[in-house]
Amino acid sequence: MNPINYAQLLQLALPEVIVVVTALIVMALDLVFLRNRPARFRFIVAASLASLGCATAIARILLAPAPANILDGTLIANPLTHLVQIALLALTILALLISVDSTFTEHVGEFVLLILMATAGMMFLVASQDLLVIFISLELLSLSLYTLAAFSKRSLQSWEAAIKYYLFGGMSAAFLLFGFSLLYGFSNSTSLPDIAAAIHGSALNPFLAIAIVTTAIGLGFKIAAAPFHFWAPDVYQGAPAPSAAFIASGSKVASFFIFFQIVAIGFAGAGGTATIPHLNRGWIPVLALMAAASMLLGNLVAIRQTSLRRLLAYSAIAHAGYMLLAIVAHTQQGLAALLYYVFTYALATLGAFAVIAVVEAQKGSDELSHFDGLSRQAPVLSFSLAIFILSLAGIPPLAGFFGKFYLFVTVLASTPRTVDLLWLVVLAIAMSAVSLYYYLRVLKAMYVAPPPPDAKEFHSPILSQILVAVLAAAVILLGCAPQLLLKPILAAIQASGL
Amino acid sequence: MLAWTIYISFLGAAAMLLLPKRSVALARAVALLTAVAGFAIALTAFVDHRTGDMLTITRVPWVPSLGIEYRLAADGISLTLVLLTGIIAVTGVLFSWDIADRTKEFFAFYLLLIGAVYGVFLSYDVFLLFVFYEIVIIPKYFLIAIWGSTRREYGAMKLALYSFVGSAMVLIGLVAAYVAAGAKTTSLADLAQFPFSPHFQMLAFPLVFVGFAILAGLWPFHTWAPTGHVAAPTAASMLLAGVVMKLGAYGCLRVAMTLFPLGLGPWGHHILGLGSWRDVFALLAVIGIVYGAMVALVQRDFKFVIGYSSVSHMGFILLGLMTLNQIGLSGAVLQMYSHGILAGLLFAVVGRMVYARTHTRELVALGPMNLNQALPFAAVTFVIAGMAAMGLPGFSGFVAELMILIGVWRAYPLLAICVGVGIVVGVVYIWRAMQKAFFPEARAESTPPPPPLPPISFPERLGAIILICASVLVGIYPQVLLNIIVPALNSPLFEGLRKGSWQ
Repeated sequence: MNPINYAQLLQLALPEVIVVVTALIVMALDLVFLRNRPARFRFIVAASLASLGCATAIARILLAPAPANILDGTLIANPLTHLVQIALLALTILALLISVDSTFTEHVGEFVLLILMATAGMMFLVASQDLLVIFISLELLSLSLYTLAAFSKRSLQSWEAAIKYYLFGGMSAAFLLFGFSLLYGFSNSTSLPDIAAAIHGSALNPFLAIAIVTTAIGLGFKIAAAPFHFWAPDVYQGAPAPSAAFIASGSKVASFFIFFQIVAIGFAGAGGTATIPHLNRGWIPVLALMAAASMLLGNLVAIRQTSLRRLLAYSAIAHAGYMLLAIVAHTQQGLAALLYYVFTYALATLGAFAVIAVVEAQKGSDELSHFDGLSRQAPVLSFSLAIFILSLAGIPPLAGFFGKFYLFVTVLASTPRTVDLLWLVVLAIAMSAVSLYYYLRVLKAMYVAPPPPDAKEFHSPILSQILVAVLAAAVILLGCAPQLLLKPILAAIQASGL
Repeated sequence: MLAWTIYISFLGAAAMLLLPKRSVALARAVALLTAVAGFAIALTAFVDHRTGDMLTITRVPWVPSLGIEYRLAADGISLTLVLLTGIIAVTGVLFSWDIADRTKEFFAFYLLLIGAVYGVFLSYDVFLLFVFYEIVIIPKYFLIAIWGSTRREYGAMKLALYSFVGSAMVLIGLVAAYVAAGAKTTSLADLAQFPFSPHFQMLAFPLVFVGFAILAGLWPFHTWAPTGHVAAPTAASMLLAGVVMKLGAYGCLRVAMTLFPLGLGPWGHHILGLGSWRDVFALLAVIGIVYGAMVALVQRDFKFVIGYSSVSHMGFILLGLMTLNQIGLSGAVLQMYSHGILAGLLFAVVGRMVYARTHTRELVALGPMNLNQALPFAAVTFVIAGMAAMGLPGFSGFVAELMILIGVWRAYPLLAICVGVGIVVGVVYIWRAMQKAFFPEARAESTPPPPPLPPISFPERLGAIILICASVLVGIYPQVLLNIIVPALNSPLFEGLRKGSWQ
């Protein structure tokens, strides 16, 4: 093992350091100078400062993109991790902007601090191939998210959501740690490539099977895949809108990326197959079954929802199922498809939560009936929400459609015979046909139903309007010109040689 | 230039959103202008391009890493249908002159739908074609759900879900075909030339064919059609029956049959006397013809009569496709045009001229209103449209159905007889509807005379005349279309089909 060069380590972790320092500055500034100002003003200052910090971190990544690998993958930097980190920072900025108009808390500094801490956790998470660092950053991320979910102190729902999130999260962390400890026991190493080397060639013994399953449970919880999804509907519904948006977008991106890395690098050689009727032991059938369960459960239960947030939660479970297919494919193309899908999915979800935040502020809840006739009260917001929803439904020419198409293509192309994983693709396409029904219900409320007779004047904040319009434009643009995002993703994957 | 039919419609839709609030007249004018411009472009291309072979319009790489191109091209079949779309678009605007509620949004969705339809007919890349094909679903849903009548939300949702299930089946087939061909290209011509294994084609063909045929009203997947047509506002019914159902038939011919020609071949064994998918679909098409006509015969709602007649007439198209001989296939394409025009006309009479004035479509209730005297223009138009729909010589329907019948006679003599039954029933249901709605028995003296109805407006007259002319013109001189359809069917794209079982 090489001696540790702390200067290099610090230099490599500079973007994360910038984020953490920004978090501390924002917190201090807010507590010391702005305490007695109105909450909105404090939110504007804190969010702009934090966004500035994130932008600086992005600039740092863009300007000094030297690839590096410290201590056998403890901290790595390559074009791929940079790309994902930039996406995470951008999503954080968007989540911060959503929070500007919110009124759920007076603890502005703490709120922004937690968001930035979570961001730092995600950035370390994607930049490591070492089990210990992965686990620690995952915990940093999770603990920040639990608190963010509970941040609306006046709302009982927010409490309930946070408690559920915390309890399930603690359980899954225990599973994950158990799995990691078994893996360490096998290979005498915490580095993913070493683990792969140790696993390779040896038959699938019971301990390895347990390690695989418990790891899948731990990570399945993070991405809200069935049957580890129980926290999702409550958190999506109870958490304050900016927290929910952040949980639904940024943390999904990071978790999917690390899930892919762990199974594709760490479990290489213990794949097995998911061809029916020859399900072979390994991690692939585990994930294939998780994907199938998520797609079925998410889409079928979403049909019955009357709250838009819960509907989005179940649709998130369904989307987790689709994205798991890309992990099942575990090829370079599969990773590209996963990243394209999860980025565009995150954009659409963020946008949807931004609209929900405004509607809740005006009408008091996110029940679908409160969206009745919204198109005549807030045309920009409704049109944008329609775009996000249709993108989630996979209607062309929006980003969600290309994401699905590319995903299905890579899944079929990942096996030597085209038909091996066909059953999963057929299930996914059939379920996305089901999903159109509940997505259309949202559109129906906004565009078809008449506004309630006692409708008050609807006030859409200008910042929110701009924000969602930009997000909607991005979703349309990425759908019409997928190459804009696909090319950098493919180039980064090539350059990183994953 | 032809590509501008698509762009101009989308631009028109976008312009609608920018118009000032409550500018109803302006919205109508913009919509009409856009539709006329699209029609003019289509007509120019139609007149210029008299050979019917493939004409590439635009070709640029779209997603190079997946081999997807933005490629528009037109041959005789596309041109025929693009022309049909232009005609229906213009007349549809004329027949929606009375839309006063949320006019801007109505025409925005309308033009979006038109643009996407042009797009499907002009795409020469299966990915692009699928993109346009799916764009159609959403505006269709809103047009019916917002501006429709009887059970509109049910009808709209049913239509949207049927369409989406169909396109999901198509997507499975296309993704599988794309990957099986090496995931290098989505060009229609390249995929059509790729030698997919016969086993693969046997599975993929029915999947993709049925996926498209759902939208073409193939029995027993037709049930969205009558409810959707009835619920839709007039212009949307015209579009649905006129062009959207043609999208399905076009997809069957252009994608399913060219990509997987071997899927039409014999299975090698017989089940219930059926020896291939071709036999199965031909039989289903004939059932559709007869069943649609029979059900139309017993409807009480005027619009349902026309709705089921559409199912019956679409059966002719699918049957024509399954004859696999040149005369049958050309007849099928001609019938796409003919039925587009005539269904548009029939829905215009029932939905706009009659229902918008009488507010009832019950045949029993329409009788006492003495419509032949109250609305003589509507009565005359319906008589003409009815004659055309029955397949009387001199109208486009006659030529098309005759060609299909000859084709069927060569391929399936037994089915040709069943089709004959369907045609006879077709005459009966049109006759019955005509008599009940417009020419009832002499009214009893005691009943008071019905209140006077508003007269037929100028846009309606103009629209009706355009549609009648479009049908008569082709009926008298079918070569105007056949001259470009036949060479298109002889193009290399359909080679696989010709080699397989062309007779």
